[in-house]
Amino acid sequence: MILQDSKTLLEVRGLRATVNGIEILRGLDFTVKSGEVHAIMGPNGSGKSTFAKVLAGHTAYEVTGGSVLFEGKDLFELAPEERARAGVFLAFQYPIEIPGVANSQFLRLTYNTVQAQRGKEELDPLEFDDFVREKMKLLEMSPDFLDRSVNEGFSGGEKKRNEILQMALLDPRLAILDETDSGLDIDALRIVSQGVNQLANKDNAIVLVTHYQRLLNYIVPDFVHVMEAGRIIKTGGKDLALELETRGYDWVAAEHQAASQTRAAEGAA
Amino acid sequence: MSTVTSIRRPVAGYLETLLADQPQLPTSPLAWINALRVEAVNRLDVLALPTLRDEEWRFTDISQLTKLSLSKALSATHLEAADIAHFYIEEASTRLVFVDGLYAPQLSSAASNSGVVVSNLPTLLATHAAAIEAHLGRHAAFRDNVFAALNTAFLHDAAVILVPRNVALAAPVHLLFIATQKELVSTPRCLVVAESGSVVTVIEDYVVLHQPGWQEEAHFTNAVTEIALEDNARVNHIRIQREGAQAFHIANCAVSLGRSSNYQSVSVAMGAQISRYNLNVLLAEGAECAVDGLALIAANQLADTHTCIDHAQPHGVSRQLHKCIVGGSAHAVFNGKIMVRQGAQRTDSVQSSRNLLLTGKAHVDTKPQLEIFADDVKCAHGATIGQLDSEEVFYLKSRGLSDSVARNLLTYAFGAEIIERIPVASLKQRLEQTVLEQTSSPS
Repeated sequence: MILQDSKTLLEVRGLRATVNGIEILRGLDFTVKSGEVHAIMGPNGSGKSTFAKVLAGHTAYEVTGGSVLFEGKDLFELAPEERARAGVFLAFQYPIEIPGVANSQFLRLTYNTVQAQRGKEELDPLEFDDFVREKMKLLEMSPDFLDRSVNEGFSGGEKKRNEILQMALLDPRLAILDETDSGLDIDALRIVSQGVNQLANKDNAIVLVTHYQRLLNYIVPDFVHVMEAGRIIKTGGKDLALELETRGYDWVAAEHQAASQTRAAEGAA
Repeated sequence: MSTVTSIRRPVAGYLETLLADQPQLPTSPLAWINALRVEAVNRLDVLALPTLRDEEWRFTDISQLTKLSLSKALSATHLEAADIAHFYIEEASTRLVFVDGLYAPQLSSAASNSGVVVSNLPTLLATHAAAIEAHLGRHAAFRDNVFAALNTAFLHDAAVILVPRNVALAAPVHLLFIATQKELVSTPRCLVVAESGSVVTVIEDYVVLHQPGWQEEAHFTNAVTEIALEDNARVNHIRIQREGAQAFHIANCAVSLGRSSNYQSVSVAMGAQISRYNLNVLLAEGAECAVDGLALIAANQLADTHTCIDHAQPHGVSRQLHKCIVGGSAHAVFNGKIMVRQGAQRTDSVQSSRNLLLTGKAHVDTKPQLEIFADDVKCAHGATIGQLDSEEVFYLKSRGLSDSVARNLLTYAFGAEIIERIPVASLKQRLEQTVLEQTSSPS
């Protein structure tokens, strides 16, 4: 929701980043305020997932220019774990399997780590068990998932639910959901979306990175952005997603190119 | 004999020193036991200690061992139950305790009910000699193995477990071998005979006693274990080696599986300066085994595991997962041979060696080997050596965990996959805690 008294959570200016020496992000601007839901769409290779991973602090990506402020502070001053504790959350497109670590153990460890860093109360195993079971109801997850190894043998949908469960536990200010809809059937998509909607409030914000308009029927965005060649080239309301669904991305790129040529021509004149 | 003498000259003094104590062993009332000892002593005349030039020992240098002057313990150090109670395993109903290789009856709880025998060898000679003679010294070949011969030369005390036909022993049997930090050689010996259709879980546990004021001292444990499974028997064998930091631990284990029997083994090596475990598993028709192992070592430790799974007959199934977690400048060795003999058709074998190097100086040599002489078999093997996966580390950090906690958790998880296979809850829990502590390097 777009609010009158919202606070700026994320401010990205001219962000450039490379992976293995290849520039993927090429001057990206992006602003998120509290209470808002943003969708970033765009063709394969446009840099959507790179942007998500750069925000979370993945070391394979090198930031070569621009700035990112999170709640007014330089995000790049923070290590990945510090970003998580400060309230940045990335739901992975491909969540990692960790055989040998019980999901309950992992969830409690991350929860208590973040709670301690925020000066809040930690929970012992019994208290945590009650707490996490409540959160799991939100995602219609069976308690069996607590006893299994983290993500091991989970279906695609189960892994994504486990991601949103972590989001529910860590209570982030800014949640970036990287293709959370990929690999989900209709029922799983509905459940995951309902979970996300219940977690959205006036103090946090959600950024959905997605290929498909389908997700946006369930989680309705306030803004839809189109990414192309490492930049956001168009921003609109939720109707833009519908238009992209029917017309594809090419027209946006063409429109953008025409506009920049016009600007260049005006500049030359 | 002159050529033979010249072979063993470099280390002759070492074996001779050790054998000097041998004549002090009490003579056994049974002639065949005395004969076994004599045969072993005679073999030691011709066998040499291995060097790096021996293919089977090319990564494991035991020359340090031969420089020590160790003697055989001939009288037991007296320990109170309170000294060692922390080693007890709550699920175990019977326990045999050996201190520096010598049986400690006051600390043990032997059993002989419903025909199950869990006891020390000398006490059984009058009643169970035939059953024992059929197996003792018959499975672990000592004629070409200097360490097995050395153990057999000192054959006296031994943990013996006899499980009669169709008896399933629910509670595990705990065989506890305690080293007391003296400069001693101990020669632990175990014999497990599971008669047809019986079920038993055996925990073979090598520990070191730490007491205030005691220094870490070198000692040498030279163990031999023989396990015979008759048709349709099932044996769970858990082997924990957590000896002292200065210890040398060399062990030979021979397992013989009858038709359609099932052997499940988990061995964990964490202690000792240098350790070597040879495990030979021989499968009859339709027999199944799972042979899993974990070496968790750091500093300048060396842990060497040699296994041979011998599919001698058709329709055998073997599964093996061996893992090494190597920190510091430690060195892990794994040599895993799968033998499929001619006629062993329909053998189904999967072997995997996975290794995690925690530092730049850590070292692993792994050699999975398949030797197949049958044409209708399903065999797969593979080895991986690596460091922690950076994507996994990032995933955990993105959830707020520090770099060191993330790495420790992943290291722990790598080892826990093996520990989880131990079917004794309290031991599993304790080992998981140990792995967690060992992998929690401060940073």
